[in-house]
Formats: sequence, C-alpha cells, structure tokens
Amino acid sequence: MREVDRSPGVNLERIKEIVAECKVERWALIPVVQRIQNEFGYVPPEAIPIVAKSMKLFPSQVQGVISFYAQFYTKPRGRQVIRVCRGTACHVRGAETLLKMLEERLGIQEGETTPDMEYTLETVACIGVCTLAPNVVVNDAVHGYMDPEKLAKLLTKGEG
Amino acid sequence: MGEAYTVFVCAETPCLSMGSEDVYRAFEAEVKRQGLSNVAVEISGCHGHGLCNHGPSVVVEPEGIFYLGVRPEDVPEIVSAHLRDGRPVERLLYRDPKSGRLIARYHDVDFYRKQCRVILRNCGRINPEKIDHYIAAGGYRALAKALLKMTPEQVIEEIKRSGLRGRGGAGFPTGRKWEFARNVCSPEKFIICNADEGDPGAFMDRSVLEADPHAVIEGLTIGGYAIGATTGFIYVRAEYPLAVKRLRIALDQARAKGFLGKNILGSGFTFDIYLKEGAGAFVCGEETALIASIESQRGMPRPRPPYPAQAGLAGKPTTINNVKTLASVPIIIDRGAAWFAGIGSEKSKGTTVLALSGKIVNAGLVEVPMGTSLSTIIYDIGGGIPDGKRLKAVQTGGPSGGCIPARIPDTPVDFESLAMVGSIMGSGGMVVMDEETCMVEVARYFLSFTQAESCGKCVPCRLGTKQMLEILTRITEGKGQEGDVETLLKIARTVKETSLCGLGQTCPNPVLSTIHYFRDEYEAHIKEKRCPASNWERLPLKSRRGVRAPR
Repeated sequence: MREVDRSPGVNLERIKEIVAECKVERWALIPVVQRIQNEFGYVPPEAIPIVAKSMKLFPSQVQGVISFYAQFYTKPRGRQVIRVCRGTACHVRGAETLLKMLEERLGIQEGETTPDMEYTLETVACIGVCTLAPNVVVNDAVHGYMDPEKLAKLLTKGEG
Repeated sequence: MGEAYTVFVCAETPCLSMGSEDVYRAFEAEVKRQGLSNVAVEISGCHGHGLCNHGPSVVVEPEGIFYLGVRPEDVPEIVSAHLRDGRPVERLLYRDPKSGRLIARYHDVDFYRKQCRVILRNCGRINPEKIDHYIAAGGYRALAKALLKMTPEQVIEEIKRSGLRGRGGAGFPTGRKWEFARNVCSPEKFIICNADEGDPGAFMDRSVLEADPHAVIEGLTIGGYAIGATTGFIYVRAEYPLAVKRLRIALDQARAKGFLGKNILGSGFTFDIYLKEGAGAFVCGEETALIASIESQRGMPRPRPPYPAQAGLAGKPTTINNVKTLASVPIIIDRGAAWFAGIGSEKSKGTTVLALSGKIVNAGLVEVPMGTSLSTIIYDIGGGIPDGKRLKAVQTGGPSGGCIPARIPDTPVDFESLAMVGSIMGSGGMVVMDEETCMVEVARYFLSFTQAESCGKCVPCRLGTKQMLEILTRITEGKGQEGDVETLLKIARTVKETSLCGLGQTCPNPVLSTIHYFRDEYEAHIKEKRCPASNWERLPLKSRRGVRAPR
C-alpha cells in the first residue's frame, strides 16, 4: 500500500482571496463554494466561517447550503474519484453489479475513501451518456460499456 | 478532386470517451503531412445517427460519407484514399444489420432517414466552438429579424401561432408563458434557461448544449426581448462539464460579435446571459427550486402562487424555459409559425427529441414529429431489441413517467397520448426494456432515486417515497406480504395529490403504471416468491465470472 497522503494544510489566505474575487457576483455563495472546492478538492470546514462572514450569513446557513447539494464535500477525497452512473439505462444494464464489485474490490462503501487516499467511490444520478451504458467515470474520464473484466483492468491500470 | 472537404470528428461525450480527440489530432496531422490544402478538419457535436455505441464517428462533408469506429491508425488511409483520391474507405462504413449492405451516406441510414431534425438541425454539422459556423448555418438571423423588424408583441404572437409547447415536460404553451411575463409591469425581469437535466436516462439537453450552444443563446435572447427581460441565466448541471465549457466559449463569442451586451445590433435592446452551474440536486429542475438555487439558497420548492412570472428571481417576474424549447425559437422566427405548426400532431406541434437507450440496437438521440408511434421509434429507427429478445415495456419521462407495455406499440408519442396511457413525455428519456427486465425492480429503482432526491420539505413526499421504497424493496427481496399492492396504491395516490412540487406529484407514476400494467408480476413476487421476468441479479452483465453473488 502506498504511503498515506495527508491532506495539506488549508491555506486560509487563498480562501479569503477566492471569496473576495467572487463577492462582486450576484448570489455568490454557491459559486464561491464551487471555486473553493475546485481548488482544494473539497470544502474545508475552516472555510465556512470565512465565507459566512463575507456574505453576512450565519455559518449554519452556509453549512445548510453545502449539505443540501450532492456535489459539495467537506472531507478530502481520493486521488482517483470513481463514480458509478446510476442512470436508468446503466441500471438495466447492470450498474448495481459494478458498484458491488467496486465496493468489494476497494473494501469501501459508496461515499467512502480508501485509507491511503487513493480511491473515493461514489455514484452519480446520470451522466447522460446512456448510449454507452453502463458507465463508470474515473475523475473526468467516462468509461462506457463497462463489464467486470474491463473494470478489473481499469483498477489495475490505476494501481500500476 | 477539386472539391473542398470538411471532416467532422464527433466530439461529444460518448465519442470523446472512445478516443475521438486522438482521431481529430490524427486527421489534423495527416492532412498537413500529405499537404492537402482543400480539407478542413473540425470537431462537431453528435452526428446523431443512433450509433453512438459504435463511435468514434466521422462525417466527411459535403458528401455526407459516414465512418464508424475510427481509430487514429485508420486516419492515414482515410486521408489518402478518400480525401486525396476520392475513394471512400469501405471497411469503416456503416453496414446495415438487416440487409448487410454497406451504407456510405448517413442520409441513407435507416435510423436517420425517418427522423425530422428541427431542434437538432445543426448537431453534427457545425463546429460548436466556432460562432462563424453557426452564423453560416443561418444562425442569429432570427435574432436580427426579431430585434430589428418585429415588436416584442409580434414575437410572442408568432410563437403562439406556432403552437410551441414547453419541452421540459409539462408542455405549457411557450407563447402564453411569455405573454404573462410581458404583461407584468416591472423595471427588471429575468429569463432562465433550465438546463438542469436531472432525469436518469435523458441526455438530449446535454447533446444540444454540446453540439449547438448558440441556438440556445439565440433563443434565450429572443425570449428576453419578447418578455422585456434585462438579464438571462443558463442553469446547467455540473455533471455536464463539456456542455459548461462549450457554453462559456459560445457566450464569449456572442458578446464579442455584439449578439449580447449593450444595444444589440443597434436595436437599443440590452441583454446579457450568465451561466450558473448546478451543484447536484434533482429537485432543482423544478422552477421555484431552481430559482432558490440561483439565489444560492438550498434548492427547495415553494408553493405557487405567486408564480415565477409574477415573483421569481429576487422577487422579480421570471420566465423559465427548457433547452429544447429555446433551441426551437430561432428556427420558428426564421421560418415562420406556419412552417412549424405544419409538423406534428393536432395538439402537439413540432418535433420531439427522445433519448433512446436501454435494450435497443441503435441507442441515441431521435428527433421525430410529435405523434410518431412508439413502434416506429423502437423498430424502424431504433432497430429493435438486441439478442433476439422481445420488447416488454418502454419507460418514458424518467422518475416522473411511467412504463408503457409492449402490447400497445402504436401509442403515438405526444403530450396527450402518453398521458392517456399513464405515462408522460417528460423531458424525453425513453428507456427500452426487454422481457428479462423485472418491472417491480424498475419501480423500486425509480423510487430509490426519488426518495434520495426528495428535498424533504413536505411530508407526503418525504415520508411517502420512503414508505413506498421500503415496500418495493421488500417485494423484490421475496418478502412481500398480502395487501402490499393495495398499500402501495394508497400511498401513491396520496403522495400524488398532496405533494408540494412536481417531484412529489409525479414520483408515484412508475409505481402506479407498473402496477396497472404488470400487476401479475407483483402478485408472483408476493405470492410465489419468484420473479417471472428473470432473476434480476443474474441478468445484467454478459460475463459474471469472478463475481460473487451479491446480496
């Protein structure tokens, strides 16, 4: 197993910069959180009071928005984020089996990250690539027509 | 030779995932290496021939020669044989699965021949990242016509006469929607493009945005002019990164050319469009929830009235239209209401774009006149069911829709007819299911989706979906009890009647329609503890070697 990669210390100055840049935008809260997440890979809890203060909100209100949306994360995620598409077409073509296989193989449940921070396993409602169902997305790359063999290969390649 | 060729390499998500970017680069390099000066290499949106599963696809215009499954190593041959010597490469052409005949031109492929492309008119024929291509295809002509020759009232009148109805699912007449907003007096109004295509099994909005973003921008700007809006928003799903990227490019280009911004085309009309990325919540497709989300709040719906047309974004009058509705607007203004109203069925005018997927030979986007029958779509265009299996049902409208059984294959696909058989058009997802698909499991699947996506604000939806999911899960696990079906029906009706927003009001539809048409399957699960369709776990993947049986 690889060396455990701790998430680097959060640069609060950078968060303040992002907040200042976005503040001009109308209804800036979600865009600010999106930009923070794009840079850090997740929304560090330390960022919440800073964002709240600049938007004149309570931290709980910011937290409330973050927890409402599926794509905001308050914990660091793995270097490889594997998402199994759960769209209807993927479902009727076996996405459930792929998810179970991944859970077994990686030893984690949906929504979890491996202790070595290599993989995060997630599902997505539908990525709209139904013609190639079932689909698995690794970071931003879509892998269509998944089957157990291809999936096994994909994982070995990632480990290689 | 002499003739100038344009090579369009499909650069939509499915083809990209199969390596079309490398194919594009190989073409560029090879054309340069062989010194052909009369060949342009372009990326394009989906060629839309229902053969996305055989990508990457390449079309050589102006002949319309269509290559499938092109790999970078095939490129030198195509360039030298076809582009230099004028002899198409046979081994990469499409072979008709029925007749075994080679088909060189995409116009002749069955899948394409029976379609009628209005919304998808430019998909695959222009480079979506070049505004000049869109303009050359007649783009922004409608905007100029609307702004310079028509009053906002005339624009609304034209849209009303065309019979255009909202393509987001509800089918509300677009002209009337615009008229409401026009008639509200306010110094500031908004118009929003709803590109939050969250339905599992639907991908037409993604395709339109990736292939022809300017059509949506032009439609939104015309809509803004018609209702008197100052600002437009495009609310797009963050799960569609490529669509977001192409929209950003398109917006910058439109601003640079003066189609957006101050005093557009010297007409005195000022309008700009901002992009808002969603953050992952199905309920944000509902208009009041979408508005809350643009305002950076939790995306929860609120009771109506007041309707967004009266008090929407920031309390100002707001109109929300779907991607396909807006993409239809420019062509209606350009070619006239009568032309559009001449397509389709009596009450549903124009065309509909369907995302055909599931157990079907040709999966892809299909655009047909409203009122085309299901069997035409599945057999003539979709090529039927693979592996010699029989059709069992077609699921339309995603989690808000229902399952139409194979025994009524002549159902016309339009707003009224689908409602009559207990389903809906929805945004146009169409998932084909074969005889091995367990209908109880399908209902359970949709409920698991809506249960997870319910925002939890109103009790019937929050608790009702959970209850129904629990019962359905129990039935699929062989633990169904006598009376479960009745309980399901009772909860389903209550949730439908008493929920606050569209999500709750429609989420029982998959349960109701599967019970209505496939009640015997429920009974078999409950009484005989078996699944008549197949063992669900056994069916999906071709090979299950090395996979331990789950559950």
